[in-house]
Amino acid sequence: MRTYLFMLMLFSAMVMQSQNCNYTLSGKVIDLHDDSVLPGATLIIAGLEKISQSDINGNYTFSNLCEGNYTIQVSHPNCATQAFKVKVKGNIQKTFRLEHHLEELNAITLNASVYGSKTKTNFEQKITEQQLDRYSSASFGDVLNTLSGVSSLNTGNAVVKPIINGLHSSRVVVMNNGVRMEDQEWGAEHAPSIDVNAIGNITLIKGAGALKYSGDAIGGIIVTEASKIPVKDTIYGKTHVTAATNGRGGNITSSLTKSYVNGWYGSIQGNLKRFGDYEAPDYVLSNTGVFERSISARIGINRFDYGLEAYYSFFKNEIGILRASHVGNAGDLVRAINSGFPIVVRDFTYDINAPKQDVTHHLFKVRAFKNFKNFGKITLQYDFQQNERLEFDVRRNSEDDDRAAVDLALSSQTIRLDLETDNTKLYNLKTGIMAQYQKNVADPSTGVRRLIPDYERYNFGIYGIADFSITDNFLVEVGGRFDYFNIDAQKFYRSSFWQNRNYDILFPELVVEDLGTQVLTNPKLDYSNVSATLGARYTLNENYKIFANYSMASRAPNPSELFSEGLHHSASRIELGDLRFDSEIAHKMSITLQKQGSIFGFSVNPYINFINDFILIEPTGDNQTNRGIFPVWEYRQTDATLVGVDIDASVTLNEYFNFYHQFSLVKGYDEKLDIPLINMPPVNTMNGLVYQNKKLKNLRIELQSEYTFAQNEYPDNDFQSFIPELDSEETVRISEPPSAYHLLHLHTNVDFSLSKKSTLHLGLSMTNIFDTNYRNYLNRLRYYADDLGRNFLLNLKFTY
Amino acid sequence: MRKFKISILTAIAITGTLFTSCSNDDDAAPVPVNEEEVITTITVTLTPNGGGTAVTLQSRDLDGDGPNAPVVTVSGNLVANTTYNGAIVLLNETEDPAENVTEEVEEEDDEHQFFYTIGGGLDLTTTYTNFDGNNNPLGTTFDAAAGAAGTGTITFTLRHEPTKPNTGLANAGGSTDIEVTFDVTIQ
Repeated sequence: MRTYLFMLMLFSAMVMQSQNCNYTLSGKVIDLHDDSVLPGATLIIAGLEKISQSDINGNYTFSNLCEGNYTIQVSHPNCATQAFKVKVKGNIQKTFRLEHHLEELNAITLNASVYGSKTKTNFEQKITEQQLDRYSSASFGDVLNTLSGVSSLNTGNAVVKPIINGLHSSRVVVMNNGVRMEDQEWGAEHAPSIDVNAIGNITLIKGAGALKYSGDAIGGIIVTEASKIPVKDTIYGKTHVTAATNGRGGNITSSLTKSYVNGWYGSIQGNLKRFGDYEAPDYVLSNTGVFERSISARIGINRFDYGLEAYYSFFKNEIGILRASHVGNAGDLVRAINSGFPIVVRDFTYDINAPKQDVTHHLFKVRAFKNFKNFGKITLQYDFQQNERLEFDVRRNSEDDDRAAVDLALSSQTIRLDLETDNTKLYNLKTGIMAQYQKNVADPSTGVRRLIPDYERYNFGIYGIADFSITDNFLVEVGGRFDYFNIDAQKFYRSSFWQNRNYDILFPELVVEDLGTQVLTNPKLDYSNVSATLGARYTLNENYKIFANYSMASRAPNPSELFSEGLHHSASRIELGDLRFDSEIAHKMSITLQKQGSIFGFSVNPYINFINDFILIEPTGDNQTNRGIFPVWEYRQTDATLVGVDIDASVTLNEYFNFYHQFSLVKGYDEKLDIPLINMPPVNTMNGLVYQNKKLKNLRIELQSEYTFAQNEYPDNDFQSFIPELDSEETVRISEPPSAYHLLHLHTNVDFSLSKKSTLHLGLSMTNIFDTNYRNYLNRLRYYADDLGRNFLLNLKFTY
Repeated sequence: MRKFKISILTAIAITGTLFTSCSNDDDAAPVPVNEEEVITTITVTLTPNGGGTAVTLQSRDLDGDGPNAPVVTVSGNLVANTTYNGAIVLLNETEDPAENVTEEVEEEDDEHQFFYTIGGGLDLTTTYTNFDGNNNPLGTTFDAAAGAAGTGTITFTLRHEPTKPNTGLANAGGSTDIEVTFDVTIQ
């Protein structure tokens, strides 16, 4: 009886269910490209003519639906209208992905921070085009410096290298417009060859989670993208002029874009930046001028199911290096450090003399993609890069000052094939393969032994990343990557070094030719690297999200770590690499708690990074030469731990006022010697108060405070040197970090509408308002001079 | 439009072939670079004013910035109460034939200056005997007057782009090209 009753109940339930027309269909409308939400999309159910609109968060809902198959037409002002088939059986959730083209003119900023577009379980930070505009005359590194967890390793004020969570150089990968920058990024005094004005937005991923791009980004990955171009008949442009008092120069950049409704587009952009000697509060920083030129162009077709783009960019930057930083030996360094004043101060000039850098970077790429229905997108890309680096030193014979002391040309060619499925049945799999050929040529006519030898490098990589939604709120991401590197170098070693290092016994087979004082060798090195990532994203509710990520990254030693052998003039020390290095392997764990909201939002991101075989350079003794004593710094492998936390928060006080806060802390230790790591960014915090009035010409006033603490943990690398004029041994104090400092900046801007289509943005800024004297621990020239003094900046931007 | 499309495709194809052809480089061995900036050898010859045996001070560092320290030799002792004519010769012996760097220094005399620093209480007095166009000291030649017997050091420092005139190393500035110390005995 009981069984019958049960069966009856079950049956009636089934009957009832088939007659139920109370189902809801809900979900999100998002951008196919980057998963950003699309508000204001119109959804129509064909036949029923039921209409729904996506709200500010991209959410839509249809209620009172019966079971059955429906066709839903989704349209959006900036997208091609598309129809989707949906089977309704119970309440279901469905996400619609549209091919979206951001309206470029008077760019809409996405206030709602979007889901990670590059990885799904790494917390990512973005710099939008609007923010970039405020830094038109700054360097790429300066812009990144505004993010929490990012600082910079500077050589003066024009060579700015990003440091992410305490790591820099080869441990930070820069993806410029889909192309991995191969611009000799290993050197501490080599800044990224990217013009800020040529990029549309920047995404920062701290850690190696984005395996699509690389497996060796132990520090992090910086992804820049070009502005999106709308699919419609239009022509628009932008001209941006900046003038600044400090350096008495400025910047002009202009771009023009034409696009057609059939998907064709073309865009061209150029930039010119010229500054003379910058000034510290008390003196001219002689020979710190900058002359940067760049141009980029792209042309292509962008359709929903296929696209093709060719892109070329040229970047040339001539940077003066502070004259007072050219020292001959340890004694000169003692004098420079003890004087507290630059040893060379001249009158202001626009001339850039030795020491200086002259870097040229060409980047060319062609990219084609095709979308397959219910499968995904296949992309094929080829790129070519040529990086020419000239470094001029003050030479003994001044006639030689025009002859470069370093002349390196690095060319790289990469081909990559990527598949990105957008089908949840395929776990949103992203996979691809890449191959690269790289060749470095050092010009022997410099008359200075090669810093980096001639070499050829082959790289082959394969990766796969998939994600699974365990529930609507819980997503797991898994990825793996394998890279193979082969380096074939032709390196001249000093015979004395070759023997001193026992290389003559260890590697006799590498010797090609013995030239007496030098030996020509042919090291062939192989590295097989495995990288992996495992992450999860949990959405607690509308406001809170948690990201957790573990990533393992492997990095092959770079040419300077392997082959350095000689005096590094700009550092006034002898640097020695080691052929025997293995890849370093990092295990990074990070958690982010993020709260989004219209009044109060924050993110807290603690992390820990264990790096095995971490390659670092440290002093190991000194070398007596006819020029005097030089400290010898040798690269060494150790185990390192970096631990830190980055915090961002913002509060909307009322309609007009907004307050933001940023805090970054990182500590790094050499576990083998139990000492702190060198050049760890000191704790810093940035706070700002923003007044914005949309009714009053979009007036925006921002008062920004930047406080940097003194680094209290550092290794003691001081050494002794005999100073003849004092007839005594003196300590060369190179270790002690400078004191804490506080800087205040003010930024204001207003918008004027000139006509229907053109707007004038006017901005006035003042940085280092109180003309504070300070030195930055992460500025390699901190021994020689103070950092920049007060600066007034005038910004004019026309969009038309 | 169609024409446009074709021309772009051709352009891409051409650039593509250009780049591939660039990469077909020959594998010739690279040319060695002999360090031109290095001064491997400094020789100071001190010839007694009234005749006698000259004393030679030499520091020779054939591997430059390499691990081997300079070989420092002093041929003999100075004689008390004697004045010597000093002459400095700088060589770069990594080049063949060796480059005489003294000539280069003398050509650009306004941008260089030698300094002689006496240490350890040695009784030796030096005076410049050659000068640049502005009559400021250059110092590739000098006089050295040995006084009472004793031991000590003499350091030769060559500064590049010093402030001229100056009163000595302390306010000369510039960057150091040579800094070599010799142990000297006066008997």
